[in-house]
Amino acid sequence: MSAAEEVVAEGHQAVEAVPKRAMTLGTGTSLLVLAVLLVVPVFVKNFIIFQMTMLLIYGLAVLALNILTGGSGQFSLGQSAFYAVGAYTSAVLMEYFNVNYALTIPVSAAVCFGFGYLFGKPALRLSGVYLALATFALATAMPQLLKLNFLEHWTGGVQGLVVTKPDAPFGLPMSQDMWLYYFTLIVTVAIYVFSVNLLRSRSGRAFMAIRDNEIAASSMGVNVALYKTLAFGVSAGITGVAGSLGAIAVQFVAPDSYTITLAISLFLGMVVGGVGWLPGSFVGAAFIIFVPNMAESISKGLSGAVFGVLLFLVIYLVPHGARQIAILGQQFAGKLRRN
Amino acid sequence: MPAVTGKIAAASLALALFAATTSTASAQKKYDTGATDTEIKIGNIMPYSGPASAYGVIGRTEAAYFKKVNDEGGINGRKINFVSYDDAYSPPKTVEQARKLVESDEVLLIFNSLGTPPNSAIQKYMNSKKVPQLFVATGATKWNDPQNFPWTMGWQPNYQSETQIYAKYIMKAMPNAKIGVLYQNDDYGKDYLKGLKDGLGAKAASMIVLEESYETSEPTIDNHIVKLKATGADVFINITTPKFAAQAIKKISEIGWKPTHFLNNVSASVGSVIKPAGFENSQDIISAAYLKDVSDPQWKDDAGMKAFLEFMTKYFPEGDKLDGGTIVGYGVAQTLVEVLKKCGDDLTRANVMKQAASLKDFRTEVLLPGIKINTGPNDFAPISSLQLMKFKGEKWDLFGDVISADAGG
Repeated sequence: MSAAEEVVAEGHQAVEAVPKRAMTLGTGTSLLVLAVLLVVPVFVKNFIIFQMTMLLIYGLAVLALNILTGGSGQFSLGQSAFYAVGAYTSAVLMEYFNVNYALTIPVSAAVCFGFGYLFGKPALRLSGVYLALATFALATAMPQLLKLNFLEHWTGGVQGLVVTKPDAPFGLPMSQDMWLYYFTLIVTVAIYVFSVNLLRSRSGRAFMAIRDNEIAASSMGVNVALYKTLAFGVSAGITGVAGSLGAIAVQFVAPDSYTITLAISLFLGMVVGGVGWLPGSFVGAAFIIFVPNMAESISKGLSGAVFGVLLFLVIYLVPHGARQIAILGQQFAGKLRRN
Repeated sequence: MPAVTGKIAAASLALALFAATTSTASAQKKYDTGATDTEIKIGNIMPYSGPASAYGVIGRTEAAYFKKVNDEGGINGRKINFVSYDDAYSPPKTVEQARKLVESDEVLLIFNSLGTPPNSAIQKYMNSKKVPQLFVATGATKWNDPQNFPWTMGWQPNYQSETQIYAKYIMKAMPNAKIGVLYQNDDYGKDYLKGLKDGLGAKAASMIVLEESYETSEPTIDNHIVKLKATGADVFINITTPKFAAQAIKKISEIGWKPTHFLNNVSASVGSVIKPAGFENSQDIISAAYLKDVSDPQWKDDAGMKAFLEFMTKYFPEGDKLDGGTIVGYGVAQTLVEVLKKCGDDLTRANVMKQAASLKDFRTEVLLPGIKINTGPNDFAPISSLQLMKFKGEKWDLFGDVISADAGG
């Protein structure tokens, strides 16, 4: 029985149980991917570098959702709200207080962690679709909250805030885009390593125990309430970092950037990448960035419909997303070796 | 006389420079990225999908118009290659598409990108790259700022000028009016409201009795209308988009409120607002306009309107003539063609901005009679005048002079 079949067999569960070893790539593959990510920017145009930066940023946001859903089994359609809080934290700190962009990132992470943790408290009483709905409400409310009159002084209201793009430090001979890419890459790698270790640690095992069976987990002594809110906090914190990086890369924040569409895109990215498979987050991010462009080049008037068809094909052919392809690839490689 | 000699020196230097630039312009062809002997590459960003997708028709009209221009031989022998991308009205996507246009497709300029937040997101980028962000499709006031953003220019009259014109009219005709305002709670609504307050000046606080706002997500605005009536206001300023405007006109008549009703230009369409709301409910509503309304019978035999309708039948038959977006797209595309024609063989980005900033009394025939496009090095607001009109019978009657109100950025 393959992993995919196992999941289908126990289809009654909302979130499939992914064993923690299956959540990451092998060391060799990871290093190879990292090497590619390091080398490619030297050879491509600034525009491609910008797209790669956005890929990493959205990848981080999807990764955060993956920890929450794939790790602890909680749904969220409200990630755009955390992303917005992160983005605005950085933008306001940079533009009004002249804080260095790099220093705004830990601040965003802390603010969003707190925000997510607090939001996780009342959300404790909800599960499954009800939790998804509560977070959905958060995502719809956020753009309007940002337009509120008494916040307008800081947020710039509907007009948004323009953010200054940082230059490469120490007089390094690289463009702003390239520097920002490497900066994002460093942050991404750090967070990725942190996430992998988190899921392999005691806390990670607690997340997964809750995901698989809450009652069993609590009877084994896992503090369910604490770990559930903690998962929300960590997820929100990472999303906030992604939001900060996004604000710096795009150089602009406005309520219209962080609508429910963003939250749904991130959710979509997670499903396409494979729920619970961390490297899949970046595959999912690639999907939500590039597939709409592809759909548009096929038909301008029907881009939404084309996107829908492509999404449908993905879900139909590879219901477990990129993870399924990776597993198939592994099995194929294994067969080749045996022959 | 150091001062005088200095002046003379400066003048002769300017003269020499002038002579130099004109002679080189006529003598040889000059190109920036995006222009060649045979082609001019124009970029555009529109919300073809997402919440504002209704505006996508503007981009499609422009594409059709450039096809017409190309079929007729192009501009000074060069064909227009119009590259239009979808940003779904999401600023981060706009940045991505703008960078794609500038760095990957290598367009000469980005033309008529739509929406205030999307354009705000790329304004700094476009100006640092020194690529024209020409005739943006938004009525915000901030696009007229040549000192800080010499590569960005608007096109349509800005929202603030329109309500300033209403304010001027109210101050003159009804100095003791009690004004009730209904506005959409976003940048468009707030810009209009600011124009009104600026126009009323010191009297704003005493004259405006209620500022009521609504969200686009509300199914109906009836309760706001009832609330406004209860204040006893005798002037109603209606800053709403078409669907809500029609609701407001109907409701006002239903509850028997009889204020002097000012309807913003955004919703002045006979076809999409007045007719659904009922002609009998719409008598004596005052509005302001700069474009001819396709559904208004008074332009039936107008030459400019005929040319527009002919273009629609031939090049964009699937487009809705009554949709305000088609006539806007047509007018703004004609303005760009005029600028590119004037550029001659000097298709550099600097010259495009220079020509765009030196339009004198240019008219596209879909503008109301008397409204002209004028720009200058310090005036990046091409259309800055409007004419008041009153609804009588089944059409708008223009009255008074063309009024200009330049709200500064």
